[in-house]
Amino acid sequence: MSTEHAHVITPVRTYVAIFAALLVLTGLTYLVALQDFGVMNTPIALAVALVKASLVVIYFMGVRYNTPLTKVVVVAGFFWLLILFGLTLNDYMTRHWMGVPGR
Amino acid sequence: MEQQLEASTLGMWVFLVTEVMFFGGMFMVYILYRVLYPEAWVMGSNHLNVTLGALNTGVLICSSLTMALAVRSAQIGSRSGQVVNLILTIVLGSVFLIVKYFEYAEKFEHHLVPGPHFDMSLPEAPHQQLFFSIYFMLTGVHAAHMVVGIGLMLVILTMAMRGRFSSSYYTPVEVSGLYWHFVDIVWIFLFPLLYLLGAHLGAH
Repeated sequence: MSTEHAHVITPVRTYVAIFAALLVLTGLTYLVALQDFGVMNTPIALAVALVKASLVVIYFMGVRYNTPLTKVVVVAGFFWLLILFGLTLNDYMTRHWMGVPGR
Repeated sequence: MEQQLEASTLGMWVFLVTEVMFFGGMFMVYILYRVLYPEAWVMGSNHLNVTLGALNTGVLICSSLTMALAVRSAQIGSRSGQVVNLILTIVLGSVFLIVKYFEYAEKFEHHLVPGPHFDMSLPEAPHQQLFFSIYFMLTGVHAAHMVVGIGLMLVILTMAMRGRFSSSYYTPVEVSGLYWHFVDIVWIFLFPLLYLLGAHLGAH
């Protein structure tokens, strides 16, 4: 599509910086897991994992240089995943709210 | 050529979205039973070897770096760079699987593999057994993806050694790189969700 996207070669130091960031975030995930934040432990762990995954997608997988169409597909994939989780939990976690007739 | 690369990249991403949904279904099972049996999940998680899990996380992140550098070498037309980085990627992927083998062996020794030999003296044993079923399902399917990835890299390595790629044509390296990074991302989520969920409640 657009020619300015072509032949963009990421410098090695960018890759190494992302690599270092991923290792630091892995360490952070571990240290955070040792502390008791109550119900917030899992959300914090997931937030860190999401940041790590985004770094991999944007830099290592080079989505930032891809066409808008590819970007939409990438975002849609994770959006569908949220629909899967959201609607399933919406069902299971609200089942006890109302009594079931005959039970 | 450029349009072909874009089309291939888009196609690979569409496939990866189906993979996201495939793993998503299994993560959904994990979430659901974790909501139902939170105590068993913490106990099960504390049986896992956090050191080996963290080591494997590091190994996969390293392999993602070498994979990205292999694609970059192809982009700048460096054949030796491709070969070296692809070999490193294959070696790191194999290290991951070897570590995984030792983890699995440890589970067999401690009677934590679901089935007739599962240690039923554990507290909440039936639900912990469920945790380990899901642990083996998720990590097993992930390991199968690693095996496929290593096979893919061997093919790409052979092609790279024969000089099949240049700065104007490196689509196979790019596209199989996407697959490799995707498998890394799955592990990025598996590590905290399986290994670390009960770490603050005192490991064994």
